[in-house]
Amino acid sequence: MKSKTLFDKLWDQHEVLSLEDGSSVIYIDRHFIHEVTSPQAFAGLEKRGLPFFRPDQAIATMDHNIPTTGQANPVMGAESGLQVSRLRENCAKHGIALFGMTHPMNGIVHVIGPELGLTRPGMTIVCGDSHTSTHGAFGTIAFGIGTSEVEMVMASQCLLQRRPKTMRINIGGKLSVGVTAKDLILYLISKLGTGAGTGYFIEFAGEAIRLLSMEGRMTVCNMAIEMGARGGLVAPDEVTFNYLIHREFSPSGEQWEQALSGWKLLKSDDDVVFDREETFDASDVAPMITWGTNPGAGIPITGTIPDNDLKALAYMGWNGGEKIMDQKIDYVFVGSCTNGRIEDLREFASYVQGHKKADGVTAWIVPGSKKVELQAREEGIEEILNEAGFELREPGCSACLAMNDDKIPAGKYCISTSNRNFEGRQGPGARTLLASPLTAAAAALTGRISDPRRSVIPTKFGTPSPTTKGDE
Amino acid sequence: MSFEPITIITSKVVKLQVDNIDTDRIIPARFLKSVDSSGFGKNLFHDWRYRPDGSPDPEFVLNKPEGQGQILLTGKNFGCGSSREHAAWALYQYGFRVIISSGFADIFRTNALNNGLLPLEVGADTLALLMDMHQANPSAPWTVDLQSQQLTADRQLQTAFDINPFRKHCLITGSDVIDYLASLKPQILEYETNHPIK
Repeated sequence: MKSKTLFDKLWDQHEVLSLEDGSSVIYIDRHFIHEVTSPQAFAGLEKRGLPFFRPDQAIATMDHNIPTTGQANPVMGAESGLQVSRLRENCAKHGIALFGMTHPMNGIVHVIGPELGLTRPGMTIVCGDSHTSTHGAFGTIAFGIGTSEVEMVMASQCLLQRRPKTMRINIGGKLSVGVTAKDLILYLISKLGTGAGTGYFIEFAGEAIRLLSMEGRMTVCNMAIEMGARGGLVAPDEVTFNYLIHREFSPSGEQWEQALSGWKLLKSDDDVVFDREETFDASDVAPMITWGTNPGAGIPITGTIPDNDLKALAYMGWNGGEKIMDQKIDYVFVGSCTNGRIEDLREFASYVQGHKKADGVTAWIVPGSKKVELQAREEGIEEILNEAGFELREPGCSACLAMNDDKIPAGKYCISTSNRNFEGRQGPGARTLLASPLTAAAAALTGRISDPRRSVIPTKFGTPSPTTKGDE
Repeated sequence: MSFEPITIITSKVVKLQVDNIDTDRIIPARFLKSVDSSGFGKNLFHDWRYRPDGSPDPEFVLNKPEGQGQILLTGKNFGCGSSREHAAWALYQYGFRVIISSGFADIFRTNALNNGLLPLEVGADTLALLMDMHQANPSAPWTVDLQSQQLTADRQLQTAFDINPFRKHCLITGSDVIDYLASLKPQILEYETNHPIK
C-alpha cells in the first residue's frame, strides 16, 4: 500500500466524492459556531428553504463580541446585542447546543472544543474562524472557513475543497527554560514567513513537539494560519489521550477503549514523502517578540528592531536599529485562543507571584473559558494575581480583535499573548507586540520589554518550563 | 450571497501596492457587528480610508479620482489573516469584481469565489510589470475575459490566468456551491452509514 501522511489518511477517510478536477467533497464531523460569522449563514439557509442537516454535530458559543466584565448583566452595543440574541434564536430554532454567556461551558470556541472533549483525534472540524487550526493539535483536520462555507456545512455537513499540499516541520531538541510553545511558533513564522504555508497543511513533528503539553501544541497549531497554512496538526500520542480521558464529552468505558485503539493508528507512515519538509532545532529558540505589523515580525527578545520596513516602523513609532529590550509598554493582554488556557495563566501567575504590577501599566487577564476562570480561582491563581495588582476578567476573545470594549487606545503599546499584530487589530492605531505569557509577565512587572529568563524563579507551580506536562 | 455573473470586465484599475494586506485591514473587526450581509462597502479599508476624526484621507487611493474601478491591483499574499467573509463582501459592495495579485490567502480566495469576486493570480514578475504599466498610464482601461481566461492590460500586455473549471462556471452563471452540495444528499447519507463518528 502507498505510504501516506496523517493528513492524507484523514482526508481520504472523509472524502465523500472525489471530482475530476482534483477537488473533493469532504465530510465534516464537527462544526463550531459563534455569533459573528453565523447570522448570515442561518439566514441564507432559511432563504433557500433548506433544513439544518446535522444539528447534533454543531456546537455554538458566544465569544467574539461579548464583554469580559459583568456578563451576568451584560452591557453591549445594540449591534453586538443583536448578534448574541440572533444566535440564541437560531440555535433554539434549529436545535443546536449553545453555551451562551455565563454558561459553565462557555468560552472561546477553540478553548472549549478541546477542554470539553468535543475535539477528538481523527475528526474533521470547521468553524467560521481562522484559528480553528488550533484543534489540529489533537490529530484532526481543522480549518477556518467563511460564512458561505458555514452555510454549506449547515446545509450538507460537507465542503467542496481542493486537497492542500503537505508540509512537515520537524523541531528536534528541547526548548530552553523560559522559552515556550508561543516562542517556538513565533520563531517558525519569523523563519518561514507569513505566506509560506499558503496552499499547505502542516504537520508539526519532532522531539520538541512531543515534549509539549496539549496546551502548548494547541498554541503552535493555532498560529499555523499565521504562516498562511490552512491548518496544522500533530499526531496524537499518550499526551493527547491523557488530556482527553474523562472530559465531559469524551467517550467513556468500552467506547473509550474502542476509540483509543483507532486513535493510536493516527500517524504518518515512516517512509512517506511530504511536498515540503523543514527542520529546526528547538535549542535555537529564544523568547520571541514581534516588533512590526505582521506575525512574521518576530525577533529574539535580545534582538534589534530591523530598519527595512519603514511603513511598519512608522506605525509602531520606532526607529530601526534600536534594541527592543527595555522599550516602554502601556498595556498587557493575556488571553485569546492562542494563550488563554489554564497553563498560560499558571505561567503568568508563577512569574508575577510575590511581585507588583508596574505603575502605569493596564493589564487585562482574560481566561479562555468559564472552566479556565473557575480553575484559576480554585488553584489560587486569582489570589496571586490580585496580590500582584492584576484582576481576572470573564472569558471571551476580548482585546485579541477588539470587537468589544477591550480596545487598546491609539498609539499605545500592548504586549499581547494573542496571535495577530496587524495594524489596528487591537483598536485603531493600537501597537501590538506578540509574545508568550512569561514575556508578558516580565513586561507587566517592569513596564518595559524584559527578558523573562532574567529571573525565572520556582514557585508553587514549579519552575515555568516548556516541558511542564499534564494539566489538572 | 447572490452576485452578478462575470463574463467580461473592462474597467479602470485601482492600484494599492502593498504586500500582505490582511482582512483586518480590508475591514476592521468593529465593523463586523451586523447580522446582514450588506452595507460593508462603505467601511472597505476603513482605517486607511478615513482619518481618526472620520473625514476621508485625501492621500488614500480610494479617495482620489483614480480610486474608482472594478479591478484592484495589489501586492502579494492578499487577504491573509482572519476568515471574515465580510472582507469579500466589502470589496464586492464597493464595486470591485476582480483582484489581481501574485498570491491570495487560502480562505480569502474561497470567500472571494463564493461571492462573485475573481481572485486573478499572476506570477511575481508579471505583477511587477503590471504595476509599472499602471504607473505609466493609470487611467487606461484593462480587460478581464473570464471565458477565455485572459487579462489584457492597457491593450499592450495579454496574459492567461488559471481558474478551477467549476468555480469558473459558478462565476459566469452567478451560481454557487451550496445548492450543489445539498443535491448530494444520497451520497452523503451513504457516507454517514459507512463512517460513524468516533
